[in-house]
Amino acid sequence: MRHLLKTTDLSVDELDTLLRLASDIKKDPSAYYGLCDRKKLATLFFEPSTRTRLSFEAAMLDLGGKVIGFSSADCSSASKGESVSDTVITVGCYADIIAMRHPKEGAPKIASMSSRVPIINAGDGGHDHPTQTLTDIFTIIEEKGSPDGLTVGLCGDLQFGRTVHSLIGALARCKGVKFVLISPKELRAPTYITEEILAKNGLEYSESRSLEDAISSLDVLYMTRVQRERFFNEDEYLRLKDSYVLTPEILSLAKSDLAVLHPLPRVNEISRSVDSDKRACYFRQVENGKFVRMALILMLLGLKEGL
Amino acid sequence: MNIDGVNNGIVLDHIRAGTGIVIYNYLSLEKQDCCVALIQNVKSGKYGKKDIIKIDSDIEPDLDMLGYLDPNITVNYIRDGKLLKKSHLELPKELHNILKCKNPRCITATEPEAEQIFVLTDRKNRIYRCAYCEEQ
Repeated sequence: MRHLLKTTDLSVDELDTLLRLASDIKKDPSAYYGLCDRKKLATLFFEPSTRTRLSFEAAMLDLGGKVIGFSSADCSSASKGESVSDTVITVGCYADIIAMRHPKEGAPKIASMSSRVPIINAGDGGHDHPTQTLTDIFTIIEEKGSPDGLTVGLCGDLQFGRTVHSLIGALARCKGVKFVLISPKELRAPTYITEEILAKNGLEYSESRSLEDAISSLDVLYMTRVQRERFFNEDEYLRLKDSYVLTPEILSLAKSDLAVLHPLPRVNEISRSVDSDKRACYFRQVENGKFVRMALILMLLGLKEGL
Repeated sequence: MNIDGVNNGIVLDHIRAGTGIVIYNYLSLEKQDCCVALIQNVKSGKYGKKDIIKIDSDIEPDLDMLGYLDPNITVNYIRDGKLLKKSHLELPKELHNILKCKNPRCITATEPEAEQIFVLTDRKNRIYRCAYCEEQ
């Protein structure tokens, strides 16, 4: 039985197979309806979510399966002090596969150690968010053909941004990707990203404090939100939350074929007036999330080969 | 300086000079009901100087923990005054319930019954990361 706890749980070949399946599903979704007949997905969301939870649920419904679960810890026995292990053992009695979001880092790992059904990490604190990364890579491939050789800028909260950490780990396995890390110094990428993934693998990267200075060199710009929920200190959050705002003026400095991605939700970091620019890919990215999750569910349930 | 050999027990050799006392304390050797010798700053061709611990008793030390404290240690098992077996330690690939994750956001902070597991991710720089949250 396989789980998806972090993006690198998938080999490069497995990742390719999954993304090809997602692409096939996107071309003809009706061909896949009914494959999950009589199967149940449990969405265990100990932390709020719009896109991830609804896209998992929509994915399962579009495959003909059913969905059970809860959307906040208050609605579960976690509020009574039940452990993650006990929760997933219980839910495994009712569901065939579990998608879990939890504010604590490593919660899906603990879940996987006692679960009898596949666990999908739907985001664990500041640690990882593999299905978002699969969606990001799928979108980059759709928009740019291939990640190989691209210059990818990651902007905003690079310290706590789990989607950033996952994406760097995944893109580091592609050929010739260059990284530009744009953040305030307080929210720099952790050393395990810069030293153990980038430097250790001889990958080219640079750090910048200025989006205006960096944007002209980029093929992909991955914007992120400064996440209030990751700060212990509210004053620090307020000081840093508007560090970067992508406006049409800044976007005018970029290449004409730049792809702007964002895992969403956004607050102020991308001006609404950018939405109509053809380089804004983030709502297409949202749609892709459902197809990627459909592919993942099918593969983890063994209904499609590749894992 | 002459110190008697071990008859039945173990000799921990090639301990990094200065670490012998750490290992002595970790193994609580002062509580052993046998003869124990901690010899410090012994001349060593390989390391310049080293520590040695001789324990005249059949104890079974946790080799993972010893390897974590000092991967250069050699464990010599002595029976009837003769060398029975020699084990060369190395940094263990995983540590179970030896280190505790300090990340307040880690699931182990709220699930105290979870086994503390650390994985060796960089042997050269002796870096272990929590198996759950991947913090150092």
